[in-house]
Amino acid sequence: MDVLYFAWVRERIGVPKEKVETTAATVSDLVAELSAREDRYAAAFADLSALRVALDQELSDFDAPLAGVGEVAFFPPMTGG
Amino acid sequence: MRISVQQEPFDLGAEANAFAAGDTANGAIVTFTGVVRDLAQTDLACMEIEHYPGMTERAIAKIAEEAKTRWSLGDVLVIHRHGRLAPGDRIMMVATAAPHRKDAFEAAEYLMDYLKSRAPFWKKEITASGAEWVAAKDEDEDALSRW
Repeated sequence: MDVLYFAWVRERIGVPKEKVETTAATVSDLVAELSAREDRYAAAFADLSALRVALDQELSDFDAPLAGVGEVAFFPPMTGG
Repeated sequence: MRISVQQEPFDLGAEANAFAAGDTANGAIVTFTGVVRDLAQTDLACMEIEHYPGMTERAIAKIAEEAKTRWSLGDVLVIHRHGRLAPGDRIMMVATAAPHRKDAFEAAEYLMDYLKSRAPFWKKEITASGAEWVAAKDEDEDALSRW
């Protein structure tokens, strides 16, 4: 699946987008998998309360299942307007 | 309904004039404009606005559709810029047209409250001493509870 990062999450991880092969069942499982992979992910995902997640461009939550999802995005709380 | 997520500046006067022009069913038009200000009270050189292409347009459309179900609205306009902006530049505008002013005012406030924390934009302030992401404020999240 495509995994996208925005704002400081993108800066901390170092790429805006990447393809990830995963069998993670939920967003939390994917976060744990990535965090175990490299320090830069662990640093970005250290405090999930400071993060938001969107699945196929819809805001979602960390308990949500990933079955059928093609695009996951992680970002900080939004500051529009 | 028109939604534009764009890098280019917009002409506030031209947009306001064109909005709901010739529409005699709506007696009230409200426009709001957001301007880049020096939040850090330092020497803000510029502000960079990042967004999530695709999701941004969808999220704004969803907010505008919800506003149309809650109030009697004739039309809605949302323009939001991204990229590099200078202090004093206009970041965004919303306009609402309704038969009565209460609907137009309330819907404009609703749109603004939701655009602040539910549309995927992120602001970064660049000053002489460095660059910093603007943190979301609790009061912006709290503002949603009144709707």
